[in-house]
Amino acid sequence: MNRRNAMTALAVLVLAVIADALLSRVQGDGPKGAEAAAVWWLLAGWVLLLWFVLGRLAQLRGRVLGLLAPALFGLAMLYLWEIAVVGWDVPRVLLPAPHAVGEALAARWGALRADFRQTAVSVVAGYCAGCGAGFGVALLADRYRLLQRGLLPLAGMAGAVPIVGIAPIMVMWFGFDWQSKAAVAAIVTFFPMLVNTLAGLASVDAMHRDLMRTYGAGHLATLLKLRLPSALPFVFNALKINSTLALISAIVAEFFGSPIYGLGFRISAEVARMNVDVVWAAIALAALAGSVFYGLIALVERAMTFWHASYRS
Amino acid sequence: MRTEKPSWAQSVGPVALVAAVLIVVWYAAAVWLNAPQVIERFDGIGNPWGARELVDATWSMERPVLPAPHQIVADWWASVFGADLDSPRSLVYHAGVTLSSTILGFALGLALGVLIAIGVVHSRVLDRGLLPWIIASQTIPILAIAPMVVVVLGSLGYPPLVSKAVISMYLCFFPVAVGMVKGLRSPEVLQLDLMRTWSATPAQRLVKLRLPAAVPFLFASARIAIATSLIGAIVGELPTGAQAGLGARLLSGSYFGQTIQIWSALLMASLLGVLLVAAVGAVERLVARWMGAAA
Repeated sequence: MNRRNAMTALAVLVLAVIADALLSRVQGDGPKGAEAAAVWWLLAGWVLLLWFVLGRLAQLRGRVLGLLAPALFGLAMLYLWEIAVVGWDVPRVLLPAPHAVGEALAARWGALRADFRQTAVSVVAGYCAGCGAGFGVALLADRYRLLQRGLLPLAGMAGAVPIVGIAPIMVMWFGFDWQSKAAVAAIVTFFPMLVNTLAGLASVDAMHRDLMRTYGAGHLATLLKLRLPSALPFVFNALKINSTLALISAIVAEFFGSPIYGLGFRISAEVARMNVDVVWAAIALAALAGSVFYGLIALVERAMTFWHASYRS
Repeated sequence: MRTEKPSWAQSVGPVALVAAVLIVVWYAAAVWLNAPQVIERFDGIGNPWGARELVDATWSMERPVLPAPHQIVADWWASVFGADLDSPRSLVYHAGVTLSSTILGFALGLALGVLIAIGVVHSRVLDRGLLPWIIASQTIPILAIAPMVVVVLGSLGYPPLVSKAVISMYLCFFPVAVGMVKGLRSPEVLQLDLMRTWSATPAQRLVKLRLPAAVPFLFASARIAIATSLIGAIVGELPTGAQAGLGARLLSGSYFGQTIQIWSALLMASLLGVLLVAAVGAVERLVARWMGAAA
């Protein structure tokens, strides 16, 4: 380890020590008078040092080392959130401290797990149905030009429309349980998949298509061996967009009526009781689930489209 | 299949055909979905009925499972042109409430997104520390915080307009920030070098090269952002019995089983969305002409 890196590591250590000392000073009744001023000045210095360290870390490259800067940045944001909320006695209703959210997550783990399961079922069911239907219709529209010309402008317009507003209708039709949420998620995810798959199928190089023609390949063979594989990056793009969309639409649909569990239900019920820390815990859970869902799809994408230019650096 | 885009005129016929098929399917579905209730009612009063009566009744119910398209359009027409503009019966009034917070949130989100993008492009710390979080946060269902923002800001005494605009701002600023970072970085090395040979200051580089280069990216993001801003405003109107706005209209419709009212509010929301995106497109064309792009 050279001297420069040793300095940075030492600075990180100093940051951690000061951070811990500051936090323990502002807890409880908090500092008064001159001590309070000293604490806030020290915090300002801490932020300056943080900026310097981040500048150093930002120069590091590499798979693991490159993650250091965002990791420290995220931790620092959490810490500033914590110390601001604790230090200024921000009302719990306005913004709970991260540790309060963590405690709420631990204390209500049983209920939140049931909520998560309920929402996950509707998200996965709706996601599969919507993406599957969008893909199937895209294949049909690709085969029949008339359908494509008619459908594509309408599907494009659907991007401007707040489709999630269909939720109250779906709740009336399919009841309070997961089926109505899955229906909303399916409708919302249908259009991005349709539009992206069609764009992907159209993205094939003229040269490649001509080559298939010289081989005497028919529509099906061209589709299976050339056009579907080259549409895969577009399909995965839709799958990734849809993973977030499905989660959002299921949660919003739960605002319109649900059984006594589900992340959306928990959020709206606990907001009404002003238990904001539980709400944040539910949101943290949803955020984590969203990222993991997205990450899984990204992994599958990497495995299936390893040949694509964006992965061959 | 050719890859070029079909012209506008080539699309009109097929679009009309697909729309017509959808409407026919809709009418058929209205008969199919509403029939059980109608038959029950007919049998209840001992009325003899045939296919014609059945179809007529299913297309004119007061609270149908699926209203027929003409019922939705009639309700939409009545509540847009038949009511005083400031009465809560008027859909224009509700659309106006939603529109104002959509636009306010969009403007705030746009400003915040552009500012963050400028910061990211000029500071390596923000680039390596903050940008990964902005990108990662796109996988988060941010809309879930909507009820909390409305209730918390409401309890602090802010009007609903502000809290809805805050939600829209949250939703808007992510696509704008990500798009603008891409746009501000889009000038080529050669162009940046040229700016350096003219000894341009960073501010001049930003104003004369990076910002103009980012304009197409800005508008591409703005189209997405304004649609999500509308969704944010509508979802922000759902919690805690908001009295006005398209979202409140959806919610009250679902409480009282007024399906026609829900559908006409949805129709209004869709029109609003399409109009807003078209407006962004129009501004884009104006700006492009003003900047001297070939029309």
